[in-house]
Amino acid sequence: MPEAMLERVKTQPKKKSEFLRVLKQLSYNKMAMLGLVIFVTELILVLLAPLIAPYNYTAMDTAAIREAPSLTHWFGTDDLGRDILSRILYGGRFSLTMGIFSIMISATYGAVIGSIAGYFGGRVDNVIMRLLDIIQSLPGMLLTIVISTVLGAGYLNTILALSVNGIPGQARMLRAQMMKNRGAEYVEAAQSINCSKARIIASHLFPNSFSPLIVQMTMGVANMILMASSLSFIGLGVQPPQPEWGAMLSGARQFIRSSPHMVIFPGLAIAITILALNLMGDGLRDALDPKLKK
Amino acid sequence: MSAPVIEVKGLKKYFPTPRGLLHAVDDVTLKIEKGSTLGVVGESGCGKSTLGRTIIHLLERTDGKIYLNGNDISDLKGKKLKAAREKMQIIFQDPYSSIDPRKTVEATICEPLKVAKKYSRQEIAKISEELMDLVGIDQRLRVSYPHELDGGRRQRVGIARALALNPDFVVCDEPVSALDVSIQAQVLNLLKDLQEKRGLTYLFVTHNLSVVRHISDQICVMYLGQVVELCPTKELFERPLHPYTKALLSAIPSTDIHHPNKPEILEGELTSPINPKPGCRFAARCKYEAAVCAEPQKQEEIAPGHFVRCCRIREIHEK
Repeated sequence: MPEAMLERVKTQPKKKSEFLRVLKQLSYNKMAMLGLVIFVTELILVLLAPLIAPYNYTAMDTAAIREAPSLTHWFGTDDLGRDILSRILYGGRFSLTMGIFSIMISATYGAVIGSIAGYFGGRVDNVIMRLLDIIQSLPGMLLTIVISTVLGAGYLNTILALSVNGIPGQARMLRAQMMKNRGAEYVEAAQSINCSKARIIASHLFPNSFSPLIVQMTMGVANMILMASSLSFIGLGVQPPQPEWGAMLSGARQFIRSSPHMVIFPGLAIAITILALNLMGDGLRDALDPKLKK
Repeated sequence: MSAPVIEVKGLKKYFPTPRGLLHAVDDVTLKIEKGSTLGVVGESGCGKSTLGRTIIHLLERTDGKIYLNGNDISDLKGKKLKAAREKMQIIFQDPYSSIDPRKTVEATICEPLKVAKKYSRQEIAKISEELMDLVGIDQRLRVSYPHELDGGRRQRVGIARALALNPDFVVCDEPVSALDVSIQAQVLNLLKDLQEKRGLTYLFVTHNLSVVRHISDQICVMYLGQVVELCPTKELFERPLHPYTKALLSAIPSTDIHHPNKPEILEGELTSPINPKPGCRFAARCKYEAAVCAEPQKQEEIAPGHFVRCCRIREIHEK
């Protein structure tokens, strides 16, 4: 009899991996797949920039300054005669990675801080939230400027500065979710079967609370890209001559009437990225919720 | 005779509120013998659920003593509390909210075993399989998520989780009131079967008098945090003593069209449970109210095994 039972255990349907399940769910959502395809394509393009970029991003063509799009320069050239298509491809390396890494760092810290504040509540919550209030009471831009000035300009320091600025928002989001869920009966049930606090947070509350965080993260990437651009504009952030979408945009600002293509193409790059991320975020939220499973 | 599985003496649970202390459970004394069921009835907000949760230490008690198998577990902390909790489990009212929506049936049932850290993976697989057979969940539902199951099946998952650690004592907190009537009977019978198979002791919280009559050996009637009457089921339905119990029982609709019962309508409103006066809590609605009712009331044994909290009980019944 026990052997027959063990046999039955072996032939049980296997639980599919969570990642595959989410991916499968996501594939039902056409808009989300569109977002995913655009974003992955962008990542591949910027990764392969040295292979596919028609020119070097610093190469100046003095004969063709601020030239409109043509067959030689698909996206036209900028005020120094550099090929805009090449600069967008190389610039994406900075813009996209700065956005992604800074949001990942801030979401990780924000999630831990927010979980603790939301679950324990009371004094712990009060202390943590007041500290976050201090960070948030400074205008975000000012805070990033201060941090990157102190740390010095540069790619990694910009990511750090952006991350610190993003932590309070992520923490607040997760804290609110945690507070909403911690009164649920399944939490009480978990207590009654002797789950530790850490297990309740990590294994019960977090999985039920983090899907809004995913959505906020994807939108956050867009925001971080814009912030990074602003930093580049005032001379912090990524340093010229290295291209960066925001910096290209602000550099082209003064030529917006005579050579609109200088603004349009980097602007489009940012807009398309943000759109793709938002579509993905929405789809992910649905895919992560087992209740909406088709 | 062995010690009762659960014994509670003068248990109190007060919640602080902005307007004062809310006396959710006040001076409750009761015993539950091994293998028996104590039904707890009373209207909404009378502290039935709070009583159950306080006994199994899901809520911290304000005062009083709790004994499990004769051992004082009132002040246990840390490892000893965990060990005691394994012997006391709870089945919740709403199977839609008491099961983590992101865990599969298997994960939910296995979790208590994993947390206990006493079992190998093979043992966990074997025990969970037995549990699923025991409560009647099909093995093919192993990897299903709770939202894919109906209410009755979900409640079975909740029951399996509560029984995973092989407890002695289970608090059933209105386990059937959220279910369809057709499924209620199935779950009730399952609970009865399990009691026989595993020698379980139940504290069965409900507001449904027919259910409590079906399942309980003893019944405890609560009113505003206090036990007003506690006696064997048969006796309670045949010979209710306390005026509140009488009013409560008269509210059961009769199925006999020729002898419809006339419910005794209670006048007045529930007294507030926040900072109540020391006297009888039911006095304001009781037709036998007298000056002595303003004195604090004691739980008295009127007949063997029949406890009533009413100072005028003998006077009323002599008439």
